[in-house]
Amino acid sequence: MRYIILLTSAQSTSPPPPELMDAIMKLGEDAMKAGALLDTAGLAPSVAGARVELRAGQLTATDGPFTESKELISYALYDVRDRAEAVEWAERFLRLHRDLWPGWEGSADVLKVMGPEDFAPQS
Amino acid sequence: MPGVTDIAAHRAIEAIWRIEAARVIGGLARMVHDVGLAEELAQDALVLALEQWPRTGVPPNPGGWLTSTAKHRAIDLLRRRTVYRRKLAEIGRDVEQAAEPDLDVELDDYIGDDLLRLIFIACHPVLSAQARAALALRLLGGLTAQEIARAFLVPEATVAQRIVRAKRTLAAKKIPFELPAPAELPDRLSSVLEVLYLIFNEGYSATGGDDWTRPDLCYEAVRLGRVLAGLMPDEPEVHGLCALMEIQASRLRARRGIDGEPVLLADQDRRLWDRLLIRRGLAGLDRAETLGRPVGPYTLQAAIAACHAGATSTEDTDWERIAALYTVLGHLAPGPVVELNRAVAVGLSAGPAAGLAIVDRIVAANTLTGYAHLPAVRGDLLAKLGRLDEARQEFEHAATLTANSSEQALFRQRAATLTS
Repeated sequence: MRYIILLTSAQSTSPPPPELMDAIMKLGEDAMKAGALLDTAGLAPSVAGARVELRAGQLTATDGPFTESKELISYALYDVRDRAEAVEWAERFLRLHRDLWPGWEGSADVLKVMGPEDFAPQS
Repeated sequence: MPGVTDIAAHRAIEAIWRIEAARVIGGLARMVHDVGLAEELAQDALVLALEQWPRTGVPPNPGGWLTSTAKHRAIDLLRRRTVYRRKLAEIGRDVEQAAEPDLDVELDDYIGDDLLRLIFIACHPVLSAQARAALALRLLGGLTAQEIARAFLVPEATVAQRIVRAKRTLAAKKIPFELPAPAELPDRLSSVLEVLYLIFNEGYSATGGDDWTRPDLCYEAVRLGRVLAGLMPDEPEVHGLCALMEIQASRLRARRGIDGEPVLLADQDRRLWDRLLIRRGLAGLDRAETLGRPVGPYTLQAAIAACHAGATSTEDTDWERIAALYTVLGHLAPGPVVELNRAVAVGLSAGPAAGLAIVDRIVAANTLTGYAHLPAVRGDLLAKLGRLDEARQEFEHAATLTANSSEQALFRQRAATLTS
């Protein structure tokens, strides 16, 4: 089953340490070799994006940055056997941040992508 | 009774186990030269982890912890077992050599090869196909006998027995933990691919029970295929099989109706097909076809699956190309099932009478007696020719030949619609 892991953090003023980026690349390689990681990429700050909203019947499109203090940093799409495995990969990812980027704080939301198993017949 | 936190911790540890099992067992097997023993030692390490980690927390490198713990147990065990005296000497040497400060680096150098050796030994042709499938899921997927039993709808004791016997056979036949020599590689590789496809198909068209598909089993086969493709990037058939499995898996959701009933390709809502898997499958097929080496049966089947993946409806499908691909496949891997599939494609490109002529030759040859899809295909072609009574009899016959209850219902339903 597929899970998408979305990393959220406060907008950082400094770029991530190169050691962290190396370690993330290595983790990605491991996860790819394990047949688990399908796709991953970083997300540019919301200043490069836009938000389209529907409120009270009105459509509006507003360029970024968004008003929230937290930004989505990256996504990773995993194919794993259960939620615990997806959580394990997310923990490995955040452990690297803990060990290689002192003071950094953020969260990784592990969300299930619906698959055939979610449409199983009611018996 | 274990508390809630213990259960959560155990689940987390079992997840780590499934992720790391193949690498841990592979590394150990290289040291002890015995896959069965390696697996037992790794299991012992898992038991220790389940005892310790809930208290101490998960170590920074859990795979390395499991390997080194198992390694120490191997030394203890072999010291106690006089029969393993000779092996002790070998291991003692290996361990000394391996006693580098950084276990990770040492392991990394071997991981790829160890994993590949493990794949080849778990799928060794000396074992029956069923035994290979169980052993592969156990050693490569880190699944428990209970999980494998559930997937194959057999009692847990049967799976446990299969695994024990398989390990015993490997030991008795002295199958070395080595990569196959170049001369035997084609046969050994096809034995591996056969097992992966068997696991996939067990999930894709469940051969027994009430479920039409068991997606988890399909995904496990796809995952193992991906791992193999990473380890053997130059083998066209590995990519071909991955492509075939991914394109077929893309239809999993569409081929099951609201009540779990089977929905055949022609009737599927193609908007439900998994685009990501199709893209990956097409990329894999491209890779297989551009390696510049002759492609095999899996790549051809993937090419056929790709024809469907690219079509918006049955009518829009290039049946002529599919029939041609089946002709080539029939030369590479002759068999009545391939011929039957060709008959379907010919029936749709050149007309039902041309398809029926091929089916009747298969019937006359008596090679597919008892195969439910033979009367089903014949029935479909007869129905298109307006020979409804004969068609109905064929579908009724087909229903008596399958053990899958969903499939039985599908054939019966089709028979019921055919009244002249």
